[in-house]
Amino acid sequence: MHTGIDWLALFGHFLLLSLLAVGGAITVVPDMHRVLVGKMGLLTDAQFNASIAIAQASPGPNILFVAVMGYQAAGFAGAFVTLAGIMLPSTTLALAVARWGHARRHWPEVQAFKAGMAPIVIALMFSTGWILATQTPGWRHVLLTIAAALLVWRTRIHLLILIGIGAAVGALGLV
Amino acid sequence: MTTEPSALARPASPKDLFVTFTLLALQGFGGVLAIAQRVLVEQKRWLSQEEFIELLAVAQVMPGPNICNLALMTGDRFFGWRGAFAALAGMMAVPLVIVLMLTALYTQFAAHPAVAGALKGMGAVSAGLFVGTGLRLASALRSNPMGASICTAFAVICFIAVALLHWPLVWVLLILGTIACLWAFKRLPSRAASER
Repeated sequence: MHTGIDWLALFGHFLLLSLLAVGGAITVVPDMHRVLVGKMGLLTDAQFNASIAIAQASPGPNILFVAVMGYQAAGFAGAFVTLAGIMLPSTTLALAVARWGHARRHWPEVQAFKAGMAPIVIALMFSTGWILATQTPGWRHVLLTIAAALLVWRTRIHLLILIGIGAAVGALGLV
Repeated sequence: MTTEPSALARPASPKDLFVTFTLLALQGFGGVLAIAQRVLVEQKRWLSQEEFIELLAVAQVMPGPNICNLALMTGDRFFGWRGAFAALAGMMAVPLVIVLMLTALYTQFAAHPAVAGALKGMGAVSAGLFVGTGLRLASALRSNPMGASICTAFAVICFIAVALLHWPLVWVLLILGTIACLWAFKRLPSRAASER
């Protein structure tokens, strides 16, 4: 069916992208597009965009969009190759670095890293929220975002309930 | 609001990690990080607020999806590589099956206005989850050696660079991160004491 696929090139490309994906795989999406849609011709533009939308609407980590791309390109084998490629190098490296840092957690350098990065990590949470909230035009969904933020901050309401309210309000066409 | 280390719990087994991470992954639509903070820090108490931020900082500067790196490091801390694998597998296995099933269904329902509207509403809420979780985590900055006002300044600069100016994350982490870490290094309590 997909005998024309250069599996090694596909796997190799995702291995490489894995190490470049600082801040998550979403940052290397432009390069995935260049290869999957352009160079290798495995996906159409519509399939490529749908992959990201499906993964975002689905529970679980957004990285699964990579498996959806692989699946649309070459079935289950494609999903396995792309997902394994994007995960293996970064997880190995992250584990090694985390162990190194934890074993040296009393070093002033490691403590400085923790203290210095804390405000930046928190600001990145705000930035992600901001970017997600402002990528769709209009203002009514922004009110929904603000309400959800306040409820998460100030109450212990179950987060699935909030997601469910968002889905219901959206399905009724109110945002 | 520093969490006392003595008040922390730990997972019973790698299987406990797998089940917990599966359940938390299944609650995360458009971002699992908010759910992870709620479950790991506030419900299970496996990590303190500070430990969560610390693991997130490492996850953030390392390549790869933050939430998968966070699962990996959390599992590793309790049960070594078996824990790391159990937590990461929990995060990915069941969601992977669901997302591939949804891919098969998607083409039939994508055009339906109620489905499109529901996705938009969920997207708006998940944006709010990030902001709300950021506000919760911000309470941990009070015990930061740099002091609250310097922390706020770094956070504001980072937000402007990433959210408003859309600068590449790699450069923001490299430049602003280095400055912040050097600043923190000079303000560490142990060093401040030795300089006196």
